[in-house]
Amino acid sequence: MNNHKAIVETRSLAIGYRSSGAARTVATGLNIQLRAGNMVCLLGSNGAGKSTLMRTLSGLQPALSGEIMIDDRQLGTLKPAELAQKLSLVLTDRIEAGNLTAREVVALGRTPYTGWLGSLTKKDHFKIAQSIEQTGISLLLDRHMHQLSDGERQKVMLARALAQDTPVILLDEPTAHLDLPNRVEMMRLLHTLARATRKAILLSTHELDLALQTADELWLMHPDGTLLAGLPEDLVLSGAFEATFARNSFSFDRATGTFIIHQPLDNAQIYLEGPEGPLFWAKRALQREGLGISRYRDAPCLIRVADAKNGFEAEIIFQNQTFKVSSVQALIVQMHLLFPSHGRSAAS
Amino acid sequence: MQPIQNRSWALLFLGILAVTLFCLDIMLGSVAIPFKEVFRIVTTGESENRAWLFIIEKIRLPKSITAILAGCGLSVSGLQMQTLFRNPLAGPSELGITAGAGLGVAAVMLAGGGSASMYAISQLGITGSWLIIGMASLGSAGVLGLILLIAGRIRDNVILLIVGVMIGTITLSIISIWQYFSQPEQLQEYIMWTFGSLGGVTGYHLYVLSGVVVAGLLLAFASSKSLNALLLGENYARSMGLTVGRTRLLIMLSTSLLTGSVTAFCGPIGFVGIAIPHITRSLLGTSNHRMLIPAACLTGTVLLLLCDVIAQLPGTQTVIPINVVTSLLGAPVVIWIIIRRNNLRSSFS
Repeated sequence: MNNHKAIVETRSLAIGYRSSGAARTVATGLNIQLRAGNMVCLLGSNGAGKSTLMRTLSGLQPALSGEIMIDDRQLGTLKPAELAQKLSLVLTDRIEAGNLTAREVVALGRTPYTGWLGSLTKKDHFKIAQSIEQTGISLLLDRHMHQLSDGERQKVMLARALAQDTPVILLDEPTAHLDLPNRVEMMRLLHTLARATRKAILLSTHELDLALQTADELWLMHPDGTLLAGLPEDLVLSGAFEATFARNSFSFDRATGTFIIHQPLDNAQIYLEGPEGPLFWAKRALQREGLGISRYRDAPCLIRVADAKNGFEAEIIFQNQTFKVSSVQALIVQMHLLFPSHGRSAAS
Repeated sequence: MQPIQNRSWALLFLGILAVTLFCLDIMLGSVAIPFKEVFRIVTTGESENRAWLFIIEKIRLPKSITAILAGCGLSVSGLQMQTLFRNPLAGPSELGITAGAGLGVAAVMLAGGGSASMYAISQLGITGSWLIIGMASLGSAGVLGLILLIAGRIRDNVILLIVGVMIGTITLSIISIWQYFSQPEQLQEYIMWTFGSLGGVTGYHLYVLSGVVVAGLLLAFASSKSLNALLLGENYARSMGLTVGRTRLLIMLSTSLLTGSVTAFCGPIGFVGIAIPHITRSLLGTSNHRMLIPAACLTGTVLLLLCDVIAQLPGTQTVIPINVVTSLLGAPVVIWIIIRRNNLRSSFS
């Protein structure tokens, strides 16, 4: 987060769809700012209107009311060729032109600057080389698009957006279809790029964990059509982050910044203690089995976990008896013997 | 830079092939003329044998030039449509554009009564050729516009193709109704036209056809930057500053002119429009239209000249319709390419 000038700014923007006169509003009263050098993640559950906002900001869809300023110019007054020099996109659209090489795709990013035949000048070649270097795709250049993996293709599309040399880049779910290492790499790359190139980067994503770690700012879209912007940490601490994704089946652990699928149960009779690592995994396994973890040390059952040579070791102290186990599986088996009426064993 | 080198070899090979076939096409025919004489007539325009001079100058040369024009026109029109619709199966005949041109031709031939037969039109000279080109292009543009309108609502390629085939069928039915109520003499004229022929374009017609096809090709080449941008899809194209509506209009204009004019004079030559773009992409391994458009012209020229040579059944007095040859020769080629490459879908445009 910094106090640089906002490159994209909206004033009481309302977004939605208009079909045959009737407008279906998705979100209203949006006053948001996208600043140079910042990476902003747009979060919200499915159907909250992330794509509508992205499409409206990129000029692919008209706003219902309010205005969008890009570089102090109103979006609507910019000619397509002018807008193309201010804002570039990475979309989820499938690229069907598999015959294009990665190099050709990146070069297409120069389209707004080339003449009527699309011949590349020295400056174009320089910008293309620069964006290839920034995204680290120099080994992919002569490969055809249909020969690339999803992660590689996404990087090529990002390089194309960089070659378009715009102060703003919008990415619609750039981490969709990618495996975890590629998702992490993409987010890290975007964050580095925002800092290094002073570009304003906005991306919509479902990667809550990664967004919390890498984003300079979060935009939370609620299904009720409001948007909250702020530092990830502030949004977590104020409870706004939790509220956006509130569901009955899981909860957000503010202390660790992760989502917990199973809530502590009412019949919490177990207290866990020990070093962080084994504690975390033992807790997770017990919760999956439906065994509630108590927050208080005077719970009837105490489990003391510890690091061991072979990974895990635990002592169960229950009704003055002590049981030693040397794996999480053994721990679960023992717990079901001690609490036959609880958790999953109760149902069976 | 291996691929680039291969590309220039491929282009050189195509060029040599085109020149060879052009010579062969002029030399072969129902009347045997020695090669020396043919060469002399083409280069100097003189010959002792008046009949030979007439055959070369008035029949064979115009026919070969028509073959080149038709090859270029249909290939480039198919190439543009495949990119515009992002559909490997798009082509002038597949989406009913040729049928639309046919409707325009039928309107001139059948509605004009006995006086408007092809013979009568050719007597009209330049006015007649403009009339028939105009009507055929209008017919193509009408169908293309309708399909584009539907394409705006339907994103699915397969559904769009089905719609295109349906519109083509409707157009053909209208022609059929028209035929049903027409005189036999007019019918014969029209049916002969549907067989396709490269031989009917002479004199003024050839100038008109050349002018329109060259204009259409230039328009297509001028759109090559937009066509390249469209390869990534309409949203990306728009984000790169393309005015999609205007681009669509330009491509539509070029496609209608090319398909309309060629179809008006040579009849509905099927197949070239869908096959040549695929063959060209396979040969060059690129989707860049700046290279594809000229290369597709070369490939189209080669194919149509070859078809024309075969259609004359060298050594015999018989000539079979060009439409039959293009399909008989072309369809197996496309099937072969699909089977061999098996990635038509991912690399079509």
